[in-house]
Amino acid sequence: MAALPPYASTGQKAWYWGFRLICALIFFFLIFPLLVIVPLSFNPLPYFTFTPGMLALEADAYSMVNYNDFFTNIDWQNALYNSVRIAPVATLLSVSLGTLAAIGLSQSHVPFRGAIMAVLISPMIVPLIISAAGMYFFYSRIGLQGTYLGVVLAHAALGIPFVIITVTATLVGFDRSLTRAAANLGANPVRTFFKVQAPLILPGVISGGLFAFITSFDEVVVVLFVGSAGQKTLPWQMFTGLREQISPTILAVATILVVISICLLTTVELLRRRSERLRGMSPQ
Amino acid sequence: MANGENVSGPILAADGRPLKQSLARALRLQKLRALALIAPLLIFVLVSFVAPITDMLFRSVENAIVPDTLPLTVAALEDWDESAGKLPGEEVFAALHQDLLVAVAAKAHTKLGSRLNYEQTGVASLLRKTGRRVKRMEEDGDLAAQFAKIHKSWADPETWATIKRFSSAYTSGYFLNAVDAKLGATGIEARPENERIYIFLFERTLLLSVVITVACLLIGYPVAFLLATLPMRTSNMLMILVLLPFWTSLLVRTSAWKVLLQQQGVINDTLVFIGLVANDGRLAMINNQTGTIIAMTHILLPFMILPLYSVMRTIPPSYMRAAKSLGATDWTAFWRVYFPQSVPGIGAGAILVFILSIGYYITPELVGGTSGTFISNRIAYHISSSLNWGLAAALGVILLMVVLVLYWLYDRIIGIDNVKLG
Repeated sequence: MAALPPYASTGQKAWYWGFRLICALIFFFLIFPLLVIVPLSFNPLPYFTFTPGMLALEADAYSMVNYNDFFTNIDWQNALYNSVRIAPVATLLSVSLGTLAAIGLSQSHVPFRGAIMAVLISPMIVPLIISAAGMYFFYSRIGLQGTYLGVVLAHAALGIPFVIITVTATLVGFDRSLTRAAANLGANPVRTFFKVQAPLILPGVISGGLFAFITSFDEVVVVLFVGSAGQKTLPWQMFTGLREQISPTILAVATILVVISICLLTTVELLRRRSERLRGMSPQ
Repeated sequence: MANGENVSGPILAADGRPLKQSLARALRLQKLRALALIAPLLIFVLVSFVAPITDMLFRSVENAIVPDTLPLTVAALEDWDESAGKLPGEEVFAALHQDLLVAVAAKAHTKLGSRLNYEQTGVASLLRKTGRRVKRMEEDGDLAAQFAKIHKSWADPETWATIKRFSSAYTSGYFLNAVDAKLGATGIEARPENERIYIFLFERTLLLSVVITVACLLIGYPVAFLLATLPMRTSNMLMILVLLPFWTSLLVRTSAWKVLLQQQGVINDTLVFIGLVANDGRLAMINNQTGTIIAMTHILLPFMILPLYSVMRTIPPSYMRAAKSLGATDWTAFWRVYFPQSVPGIGAGAILVFILSIGYYITPELVGGTSGTFISNRIAYHISSSLNWGLAAALGVILLMVVLVLYWLYDRIIGIDNVKLG
């Protein structure tokens, strides 16, 4: 689908533009649901559609009432507080353990590498409802069900595959002669790690961490079962809101979350490009 | 090596050990160091994730409550022949009386009742009623008659047959229930028509997942093709449109579809406005299968596009040009040359989307209504509402087996190491 050559027949031209039109429609399908909630979140009336005033772009048809509700309503604020309290701790746990293991896994001789990898990736593959059911049964047995620690452990387990995948991907292109050179120049393994290896794999670690963070921050199934009312997170509050009485505040929260994901996406993309540039894998 | 043969004895390393030994030692050390780095995480995952899953496997066959609550009765029933159609002897009733006295003191008889109620309806109320009166019974009198007076079910051999059938510490009852069967007098038999639900739900889950996977493939393939053939700069820009939904919260996307698809929602409003649909004939696109399919196709689409894209990126564009220069039409060049090379990407994307979709819970719960829900919604119902944990575990294990087979396939075809994110 490179540029259309000048000698293309009418049929080829029609196909070329027709194909682009189809793709444009698909891109529209992908992005439209996210964009449409942004203006709707400024609707002061409790309807989920555009009022005539909004379509006429009248200033008083838009209002911040939903955002005010989010920032003043105690339920939403509690949920936000819980999310902020759970996600970073779970991320820290999965990033620290995950990076260590990824370094171990990328050594040249690892016994049972395939089996270990399969176990470590499994939290991503096993359906969330099954993880949630299993954790609910098991954590009730050992008294972790309904506790802060239980939710953090569960979320850390769910984030680990992402850290493993991104960090091992960074380590694939890692030039081993660099660590040997450092050792040759007299650095001990710990110093080699912090001075040579760490700066190079840092982009991978950070993007793995962002993946783990968003996994925990967006997670609702497991927290629904493993958590109790004291661990009600933002997605949980949204879930109850959507299931029971759908309140327009949800749209304001959704808009805020879209903005957050745009920030995260930008960070991850910048990191990925930096990492590729550093390792000389991309011509850009 | 040629020099080595001339020297008598094995080659020695610097410290005087044979070289072979020294190398083996170095290798062993390297392996140990790698394992030491992996160990903390492996232990963490085993405890926080693998142990819960194993526990669930165990719970789906566990039946200790019957032999634990009625130890004497279970032992006394061993000699009773259920096929004779006669009531067990007085010694069994005496054993039951003893067991129930203990169970009522420990308040365990209601739990036993709800366990056995899954196998024979009515046992729960039978045990509750008996539990209230068991203390007032006369131990020396005719116990069989006294039990029959409390509830006529005690005079029914079928009640005793149920207790005997589910008296071992492990049971296949939950699994049979999960496939709409039960352990009857003559062995495994199907449940009555009006109680069958799970086979149907499994079929619906698989069918909807196939529909969603095919929809993702049909929509995702052209986009991945476009992204892979455009110049890097343009395709990176367009890639953002794929990655943004991928990074956005699942609940945000589900609520967006809930807003769009409602009867009074944006899509219906637009259709009415342009006159395609009459105001009283607004389309029902939510709380049914259509809602589930549309929303889940949108949510899982990036998981199809990204693997397809990463495979298509590696197909050299010169192959298509070569085919065309040899006289192939555009279609032949695509179908005979490009498409076969993109098949690994199709496999990766399709398995990934299928695995993710058969276990989905949130979206079907919110936009699926009653006709668009999956087996996972039933599992959640049994955990939190009906409290039949054994059945929830059995359903979960069956679902897990399906997913693990697909995971194994994925590993064989693509390799877990090749999973890419973003």
